[in-house]
Amino acid sequence: MSTGNASNSQHYIAVQQADFDVAHEYAELRKDNRSDGAVVFFTGLVREMNQGAQVSGLTLEHYPGMTEKALQQIVADACSRWPVNRVRLIHRVGTLAISDQIVFVGVSSSHREAAFDACYYIMDYLKNRAPFWKKEVTSQGERWVEALDKDKQALGKWQ
Amino acid sequence: MNILFFAALREQLGCAQCDIALPLPASLATVRAALIQHFPQQADLFVQGRALAAINQTLINDENTVINSGDEVAFFPPVTGG
Repeated sequence: MSTGNASNSQHYIAVQQADFDVAHEYAELRKDNRSDGAVVFFTGLVREMNQGAQVSGLTLEHYPGMTEKALQQIVADACSRWPVNRVRLIHRVGTLAISDQIVFVGVSSSHREAAFDACYYIMDYLKNRAPFWKKEVTSQGERWVEALDKDKQALGKWQ
Repeated sequence: MNILFFAALREQLGCAQCDIALPLPASLATVRAALIQHFPQQADLFVQGRALAAINQTLINDENTVINSGDEVAFFPPVTGG
């Protein structure tokens, strides 16, 4: 189910069931990289409390094909906005347990400001534009996670 | 035309896709109205904002966007990844 690919030789975007290794991703951002003075990365994890209920796990569904296209567009937009050198973006799908890793966004740049901003921008847009949906298993049964206004409002800071 | 559904919308409709008879080209608003007619019991699910639409795997905000024969059209709830 892995659909990893490099849309640009400097970037890596993957949608996969398999877990990822942050040390490996960080090493890839540094490997043979003499120009960048900053690496910023974010990981998103499954937490046990969400929207007022105890969660025991979740399933992530996506729209194969559109997902990869949307992520490539978000990364391309970030790279046109900031002087970013490398981006690595991995999002998992399928069944996940509490504290499992969901998403990794890593960005390298010559200076920290661009790396911080591009990483934050990619996550904000991913939350609003990439076709993933979470279904949680809670003590009251299964439920689809509701999209939050705060995630939509987060895009305001980039306009 | 064939239309794909995902996540909660797919479960609430009980199908991952459907075929509706509609002359093309047609606007996204026309397709949305046709879906409401096709699923009268679940009409509220297709209200703009509650069901997002993608044409050829690109999210579409403009309801006047034209859908042509052969386009891939999908409806789904607001996304919750990350």
